[in-house]
Amino acid sequence: MQLLKDVNVDWIGRKRLWLSLSLLLIAASLTTLYLKGGPRYGIDFRGGTLVYVKFKDSPDLGRIRSALSEQGLSGSTIQRYDVPERNEVIIGLGQREGEVGTDTDAGRVRILEGLQSAFGSSAGQDGKIDLNNAAPDELEGRLSGAAGIASLLESDESPAFRTPGELARAVTDYRDRHGGIIGAFQELGSVEGMSPPLLAAVQEQGYLGDFAVFQTEFVGPKVGRNLQRQAINATLYALLGMLVYIAFRFKGTVYGAAAVVAVFHDVVITMGFFSFADRELSIPVVAALLTLVGYSMNDTIVVFDRIRENLRLRRRESISSIVNRSINQTLSRTLLTSGSTFLTVLSLYYFGGQVINGFAFCLVIGVAVGTYSSIGVASQLLVIWYDFQTRRKAVVRPAKA
Amino acid sequence: MPRKLRWRFFTILAVVLACVVGIIGLPTSEDALLQNLSDHIRLGLDLRGGMHLILQVNTGDALTIETDQSVERIKRSFREQEISFGDIRRRDATHIEILEVDPGRLVDGRALIDEGYPAWQRSNRAGSSDSFLLSLRPEVEGQIRQSAVQEAIQRIRNRVDELGVTEPVIQNHGPVTEYQILVQLPGVDDSVRVREIIKSTALLELKIVEPQDAYPSRAAALEQYNGVIPADKELLQGIPQFRDASQATQAWYIANRSAAITGRDLRMARPQNDQFGRPAVGFSLTNDGARRFERVTSENIGKRLAIVLDGRVQSAPVIQDRISDSGEITGSFTTQEANDLALVLRSGALPASMDYMEERTVGASLGVDSIRQGIMASLIGLFGVALFMVTYYRLSGFIAINALLLNLVILLAAMVYISATLTLPGIAGVVLLIGMAVDSNVLIFERIKEEMWSGKTVVSSVGTGFSKAILTIVDANVTTVVAVLFLFLFGTGPVKGFAVVLFWGLLANLFTAIFVSRFIFEFVLSRRRRESLSI
Repeated sequence: MQLLKDVNVDWIGRKRLWLSLSLLLIAASLTTLYLKGGPRYGIDFRGGTLVYVKFKDSPDLGRIRSALSEQGLSGSTIQRYDVPERNEVIIGLGQREGEVGTDTDAGRVRILEGLQSAFGSSAGQDGKIDLNNAAPDELEGRLSGAAGIASLLESDESPAFRTPGELARAVTDYRDRHGGIIGAFQELGSVEGMSPPLLAAVQEQGYLGDFAVFQTEFVGPKVGRNLQRQAINATLYALLGMLVYIAFRFKGTVYGAAAVVAVFHDVVITMGFFSFADRELSIPVVAALLTLVGYSMNDTIVVFDRIRENLRLRRRESISSIVNRSINQTLSRTLLTSGSTFLTVLSLYYFGGQVINGFAFCLVIGVAVGTYSSIGVASQLLVIWYDFQTRRKAVVRPAKA
Repeated sequence: MPRKLRWRFFTILAVVLACVVGIIGLPTSEDALLQNLSDHIRLGLDLRGGMHLILQVNTGDALTIETDQSVERIKRSFREQEISFGDIRRRDATHIEILEVDPGRLVDGRALIDEGYPAWQRSNRAGSSDSFLLSLRPEVEGQIRQSAVQEAIQRIRNRVDELGVTEPVIQNHGPVTEYQILVQLPGVDDSVRVREIIKSTALLELKIVEPQDAYPSRAAALEQYNGVIPADKELLQGIPQFRDASQATQAWYIANRSAAITGRDLRMARPQNDQFGRPAVGFSLTNDGARRFERVTSENIGKRLAIVLDGRVQSAPVIQDRISDSGEITGSFTTQEANDLALVLRSGALPASMDYMEERTVGASLGVDSIRQGIMASLIGLFGVALFMVTYYRLSGFIAINALLLNLVILLAAMVYISATLTLPGIAGVVLLIGMAVDSNVLIFERIKEEMWSGKTVVSSVGTGFSKAILTIVDANVTTVVAVLFLFLFGTGPVKGFAVVLFWGLLANLFTAIFVSRFIFEFVLSRRRRESLSI
């Protein structure tokens, strides 16, 4: 199959169009960033506490809010996480600057106490263990102490669980494999080897709490500032490293400079989109930005390689026509590679899950912008530079004569 | 098969075999295969669940202890040499003041310090000729701080090992002058308990209480000395003796500042029950500790002995008789608290207190979800790219997909061989790699097409297509590798996983795209002369 044989698009002729499009996008990105007071830093860079909670039923955010206020945490943020059907909520606490907490756990403990008082007091659990929050060891300790369970395990001819520990692990494994929360005791009946009397015995020892904590994060303010500095340094050094490599490979700083400007353009626009979509900058997102730097550079180099080759082969042709020819020759490669990369990051965006959604979003935008910039920015800058050089020489030469 | 193709074939076969064996071992059954797979691929904390901690060691504590000990030693030396002095005291963590030394013995005093205490830099205290100021030398200070961190790492390792955590990471974090420790505990679920165990300084001291009463408040205790506690005594608060808040009684003690014995003198500590059947911790002492304990207890029969843990009095029983080599710590513990206390006492006290700088816990259920979603995204991405390539390049697209699959196998094997950790961003890296890896083949195929359009034969088009594309492929991959290297330097655990995947994936890509696909092309072409190529 051949879609793009002998294409002959005049990319350079529309220089003004591409450059104004890029300038417009950059202006829009900077405006968005300015209006929102810079990028929205996530917990990695800002510091603070996050507690991720999954509820058995659709959570009542108002009730969570009032429960937290009672704990003196009225400044906390409460957000739905992931798709609504998952009943997941993130509760966040800010970290005041300069307050290097010695007791970092205080915020989390108070959040949990608040939730416990609002949601934990469902009836009939006097002294029982919460199966939705218990660690395997804890549950094992509890089940080992229950006489009923020991005798059930002994009396069974060919028991699926030889010890209370195995039983405890089967229960927690089931919980972890089914979204981290057990809705009703009947569900446990589907665990292999769980006989009705055994299930009844487990039910006597435990209850199913209304919520379970599945992730917590605490980042101190000092760590956040360090990470911020490191992220900026890593991005700048990576750009510098590529500038040096291209300058070395292409024997001149013009190619390198054009490529670096194009990549910088991609990073700014991607961050603009990011800010516009109100997403938070986290460490994985910075990783995605750095990957984008590499990817966009890669795309630009393929075009530049061809320009260099054509410059050697066709000395009489004008620079505009050589660049045009080179872009057109590599166009089908550009579209195929970007197309397949775009497909995979799109799949990551839609199916990869909430945890790396920001990362995937960044790459979806980045791959699109990075592909465009090789043609719309890097190549155009190269032509502008060459034109500038010839005009200067053209002015200088007559003066010599 | 032509000779030159034959050795390439065997090279590829050997690589494939080495990779497959690396990943799944030599399984005899399906269960064994899955078991090997999960044994060989190390999952990161974000996929397995577990705890990630960064601790700041307050190394100033270690300096204070060191300085206090020096003060005691210097006092003893002065007394042994019968040099009189007004006072010898710690001014701050790194300075000692020696006041009003006998003017006639100043020379001896100076010599004593300079020869006996080389860690200290002596100078005259401003405005007085008979007093010295000792400053801890900076290089010694650095050593003390570093060794406090190393000792803390060792102690934490002991504790974690006793908890039975598999594959823990406990090491220095960041620049050594930051005095931070990174602790990663995969699979740990009970984070509240574990963080208590790690952070507990577990500084155990047994001190004689004098006078022997317990006071209901701080003020009542201070009254004994008219508000000023003598330098060799200290005021200690007891833990509430009843768990129920309404019945809690306050207790304050005045005890000798120097401890009769400390946690360092312990030989063993184990949980047991006290005479009332309540959970307690029994301990036995080293020979040296036992001798000292025997002497102190026999001299102080009838007085209280305060059992002080991390500065709080756990209990203060009255000494009934001389005790030599063992004892019991009672207080109000639950069974688990007694177990944990015995554990931290066995592992030794931390040389300094610690603060949590960063703490992340991931529940096992989140990891299970992430793996499922990651595999889903990879498969869909792979399927999309395969469809794309085969539709566009036909047979050649099929070759490219085979090269891509081999690329993934080599990547996985490389991860196993270098025991890299697969993290969630790492899985994202695999997905991204699936998209990026076809690039090399696309570059080659487009070149081959161009050569064919210019009228060359199929065989020579393939040859020149490959050789012309190689330079571009190398150039293009180098930039990504540069970005990835910086990622590796910058990133923490999960992001490092991403960098490792991309690095090895791109390296393997060079091999599969250039070496393997070329072999397949040439093999196909060597079978019979072809006028056209499905590309």
